[in-house]
Amino acid sequence: MSTVAPQPPNAEPPPAASSKSWTIKVREAGVEALPPEKLLPDGQPTYVASWIYIFGVASIAALIVIITSGSILALKGPAWWHYTSIGHFFNSIHMWSVELFFFVMVVHLWGKYWMAAWRGGRGRVWVTGAITFLVAVPAALTGYVSQQNFDAQWISTQAKDGLNAVGVGAFFNVTNFGQMYSWHILLLPIAVVVLVGAHVLLVRRNGVVPPFDFEERAAALRGAAPAAGRSSASTTGGQS
Amino acid sequence: MSAVDVMGAVFNLNHPAHTVDWEFIHLSVANVVVIGLMLIVFVLALVLPFPGASKRRGGAS
Repeated sequence: MSTVAPQPPNAEPPPAASSKSWTIKVREAGVEALPPEKLLPDGQPTYVASWIYIFGVASIAALIVIITSGSILALKGPAWWHYTSIGHFFNSIHMWSVELFFFVMVVHLWGKYWMAAWRGGRGRVWVTGAITFLVAVPAALTGYVSQQNFDAQWISTQAKDGLNAVGVGAFFNVTNFGQMYSWHILLLPIAVVVLVGAHVLLVRRNGVVPPFDFEERAAALRGAAPAAGRSSASTTGGQS
Repeated sequence: MSAVDVMGAVFNLNHPAHTVDWEFIHLSVANVVVIGLMLIVFVLALVLPFPGASKRRGGAS
């Protein structure tokens, strides 16, 4: 970073910084990919006014509760979550928010599958969502074996045979509490949060996928009035 | 009587899990209930009107 000498009020602006600067390149690429009006839109297409479109944000809301309650559990430790009433409460909050997370994420998945949400260049949106689901499953299952109780011992000794059978038991040992706890509270949550962040940014970049009939009606309007400029579909779609 | 005792009186958990078995499919009743609830919520999300949706569509398009 270079320093800039103070300029008098009416002086000419300094010449543009060298385009070789990596900060300029990153900034320009970021603004080009996600201009502010796309990153933080103040409106959504009219077709988003449907209950089926709320399950993505419901998944994020559940994830926030999971991360918050899990952070409190990690700070307080196993004796707290096993032997105090408030510890039991936060333990339950953590477990039920995971149940809710998977519940709404599966409904979100069904909704997006049946509306073919990979249409219109949204393949990466679909793929990041699918990978998030696959990473979230071991993130939850490592929680079962991190409880520090007989339930965790039972589950880990049941799971180890399956994992050994597929050849991963040597470096993913479910009977090793320290290893499973690290996966559960650090590595897998970071992966889930990063993937969800990428998923949301890709949705912002590509817009929310429209329903099938909406696209057909827009195509019909374009065919009926080719000289009429932008159709209503493209106008509303541009808000996303 | 604690809340745990009350819940224990309502739901007797002192038995092996009830399961649904059909060919190779082997599911606990609890999981079948959750899958059923997800299907119900999915259908309701498709058919229930969203508050203000007709007003938005009328004003925007």
